[in-house]
Amino acid sequence: MRKLLIIAFKDVLLIFRDRAALLFMFLAPFALTIGLGLATGSFSGKSNSGILDLPIVIVNDDNGQLGNALVEMVQSDQLADLLEPEFLTDLKIARKMVDDNKTVAVVYVPAGFTNSIIPNDVTSHSTQIIQLELYGNPSSPTGVGIVRNLLEQFFSEVEVGRVSGTLAVTQLLESGAIDPSQALKVGQAVGELQTDTQVGTSSIKLNNVTAAGTEVKFNMLALLAPGMALMFLMYTVSNGGRTLLVEKAGGTLPRMLISPTSSFQILGGKVFGIFLTGLAQLLILILGTTLLFKLDWGAPFAVVVLVGCSALAATGWGIFLAALLKSPGQVSAVGSAIMLIFGILGGSFTNIAIMPNWVQWISRISPNRWGLDGFTTLAMGGNLANIMIPVIALLIMAAALFLVSVVLFSRRGIGKE
Amino acid sequence: MSAILEVHNLAKSYGNFDAVKGISFEIHEGEIFSLLGPNGAGKTTTISMLSTLYTPTSGEATICGYSITNDTMAVKKCIGVVPQDLALYEDLSARENLSFWGQMYGLSGKSLKIRIDEVLEQIGLLDKAKLKVKTYSGGMKRRVNIGVGLLHQPRLLFMDEPTVGIDPQSRRAILDSVKDLNKNGMTVLYTTHYMEEAEELSNRVGIIDHGDLIAIGSQEELTKSVGETDTLILHVGEETNPETLAEEVRKIKGVLKAEVTDHQVSIITPTAEELLAQVVTHANNLGIKIKSIDIREPNLEAVFLNLTGRALRD
Repeated sequence: MRKLLIIAFKDVLLIFRDRAALLFMFLAPFALTIGLGLATGSFSGKSNSGILDLPIVIVNDDNGQLGNALVEMVQSDQLADLLEPEFLTDLKIARKMVDDNKTVAVVYVPAGFTNSIIPNDVTSHSTQIIQLELYGNPSSPTGVGIVRNLLEQFFSEVEVGRVSGTLAVTQLLESGAIDPSQALKVGQAVGELQTDTQVGTSSIKLNNVTAAGTEVKFNMLALLAPGMALMFLMYTVSNGGRTLLVEKAGGTLPRMLISPTSSFQILGGKVFGIFLTGLAQLLILILGTTLLFKLDWGAPFAVVVLVGCSALAATGWGIFLAALLKSPGQVSAVGSAIMLIFGILGGSFTNIAIMPNWVQWISRISPNRWGLDGFTTLAMGGNLANIMIPVIALLIMAAALFLVSVVLFSRRGIGKE
Repeated sequence: MSAILEVHNLAKSYGNFDAVKGISFEIHEGEIFSLLGPNGAGKTTTISMLSTLYTPTSGEATICGYSITNDTMAVKKCIGVVPQDLALYEDLSARENLSFWGQMYGLSGKSLKIRIDEVLEQIGLLDKAKLKVKTYSGGMKRRVNIGVGLLHQPRLLFMDEPTVGIDPQSRRAILDSVKDLNKNGMTVLYTTHYMEEAEELSNRVGIIDHGDLIAIGSQEELTKSVGETDTLILHVGEETNPETLAEEVRKIKGVLKAEVTDHQVSIITPTAEELLAQVVTHANNLGIKIKSIDIREPNLEAVFLNLTGRALRD
């Protein structure tokens, strides 16, 4: 164990003496965070939330309760800093505004939308739910993603209302409190009540309350900073994996192998060194963004757990690349590509919610995606229990990659012939 | 003297290529044994097998009584290795390098610090110990490379061509340090393709070529094997073709061998001084300008030439 630690600390020391690596590990993520922060208005004094007022257009042909509830929601004080809604009646004109880059998205509420969910009477009730349409501007993926997220939350609450209405009617029927002929009216009444409640006290908020009771505002940087940190974590770990092959070519790995040190100690030391470097990088970036941008990353213990799991999963990728590839040059090239691909898949640049389903599915192989899920949850006021899925996913990823890497190394050796 | 290293039919193959073809030899405690051979002869592969880095294809060797295939950890503790290429961390200082490698050999605490100071003194870098290795000259790096191999005071030290690519002054310092180490009781296996180094350092020499150990013995024994012959070396101008001269010289009575290397003709003969006039006459007749002439008494170069028909530098 002692030799394992000696090798790991030697690797950390070498990385922290490599100026080029330090630039990539720390300066680049800071610079990109600041750049993207400026681009999204996160440093602008105009926006309390740190997000620019997103111009959106609502075309409400429904004029039912749900359509009106949606209109009220986008006009609410709570979303005033976030959205700048405009209301039109012509869908074609609205879409053209998106095509002309004049707005981020059009939300179209078709006629009969409310009735398809909360029927006025049995005869008018359509068996098929009429769907809302989101027409997004592809040049504003983040903005479209935010609008999409808001709509998803709205639907989620509508769905809660539908289910609770159905449940209430079923229970009343079973208990004999109402007869089947009254079921429709009662269900409608429950639905209306639910809708009214939502409109009055919409739970779609950008504000969260911490455990201490102080109100914290969601900052777009809370999405950007971890996104960049996780993306450049992939650089660090692939660079760490590369050092194994550099040491092999440079003779220091064979020299370690002819010292009374086992292959397990050497490989373990290299892996631990990569992990420690990644961990240090994330913690320094978190500390730096906290001090520089006054960014609240969320519950400290949960953040540390998530940082550890993210670094572990990323280390798995770094060592897997070293096990799979044959030269330091190959690891550099593939590592850079993976850094970017995982950055995109993981949501470092765009909201993955706006991507096709198959892309969202593939994004699960990226530690960035799980890490970013977790960090966003924590920044929104979540706790350790709320990030268990990302934490478990990252641990499974790390275990699987380490296992495959050990198999690959045992087949070809780490430096022996 | 007891054998500290015994090698029996050790072989290493890569597919159809036999890098080392079943060599056998032994090294006695306290001696300097040189493996002499041209580049690609199998010297480094042999050292790599003996130091447990490569697994032999067949054969066996014991070091300090331990098998290189079954007791690798015990073997590793007994040996020190100075690899041919520098194996150091350039961004660490000499002291940090020695500290890291010392810990890899199980040294720690005060004993490690003392040994580092001793080694730095030994390699003459005590005053520059805090500088990063990347700021050192090639010779200084070589000295640190050797220092790493000495830290844990091994009983048997493998030195794989430690003087390749360095200046004469550093080369001299390294050769002197090898002799000093040996005086202090360290057994050394030294590989080289420089005949002069093998001659200066070794108690015994093994000549290796194309993976075969073709001769082994003390310098005296080896040179006797080629008889009382001298080597007459003619250095000719670059504009001339030495091969035509070699062809003519081979026809002279008393010439055992005449080989061409670069722009010189090496002639093995028991009567070098008597032959000299005839050789010069032939050269004049052929219009070949002789720039200089050396007459060397029997040496390892002659042994190698006699055994392989090629010069060591081929």
